[in-house]
Amino acid sequence: MPDESYVGRSLEPSEAYRVGREKIREFATAIGEGSRICHDVEAARAAGHPDVVAPPTFTATITMPLIEAFLRDPDFGWDYSRMVHGDQTITLHRPIHGGDELVTVIHVDELTTRAGSHMLTLRCELADVEGTPVSTTKAMLVTQAAS
Amino acid sequence: MTDFSAVAKGDELPPLQVHVTRADLVRYAGASGDFNPIHWNDRTATAVGLPGVIAHGLLTMALAGRLVTGWVGDPAAIRTYGVRFTRPVLVPDDDEGALLELSGKVRDVFDGDDGARIAKVDIVAKFDGRTVLGRASAEITLPG
Repeated sequence: MPDESYVGRSLEPSEAYRVGREKIREFATAIGEGSRICHDVEAARAAGHPDVVAPPTFTATITMPLIEAFLRDPDFGWDYSRMVHGDQTITLHRPIHGGDELVTVIHVDELTTRAGSHMLTLRCELADVEGTPVSTTKAMLVTQAAS
Repeated sequence: MTDFSAVAKGDELPPLQVHVTRADLVRYAGASGDFNPIHWNDRTATAVGLPGVIAHGLLTMALAGRLVTGWVGDPAAIRTYGVRFTRPVLVPDDDEGALLELSGKVRDVFDGDDGARIAKVDIVAKFDGRTVLGRASAEITLPG
């Protein structure tokens, strides 16, 4: 049974994630995103960006390992092995670029149990190292309640 | 070439078809760091009750996002994007893979607080003739 006392709380800020230029290129290639601003620094700069641009769902590459670490921690009491992803929302306050250093804070927004499943909503607030908001993501995750 | 100044509610986006193969899943696993074996190992997938290996939900989301970013020609133009994962995309172990059929329609056009013209687009993602994403929609800054 997940620990309901976490609801409404936020976790400690993550260590800064440095967005690699090559990681953006690798991710863009993996999703078939051929736009030059994701691959070519000059093209990105010509379009007004400081460096290559991450596709919108790149945010999950930053947040999902942090979410996994939290949910695998026995302290919270979540069955990670049976987890499925229910829904996902990504809001970008600005595009993410190569060279960005981003700190994530996970907020435990909601936990409900219905029809034998636990449903957990985690909100991730990503900000640069000065604290300026960059992205807000929300994931609803589902796992089976112990029978 | 789309005239974005004339974009209006009800406009349909150019459809997109994407084949997803096992090799694509392996590549996405590496790029995203999501190495859950249900996305590459039949033995694990069937052990948890799936018919076989399925695509990462976030990969399906990313591919569906390309429908919208490809339309405006700018991956930096998405402001917000959300989906529900309603049905898995089964990826067979063959050369062709799974065919994902993507289409979209403009639900609304409005001005943002920052003065940008924004289109809200509803996205339909189908695999095997059935939708795999629910309530999929994106808000995107229109060019110009």
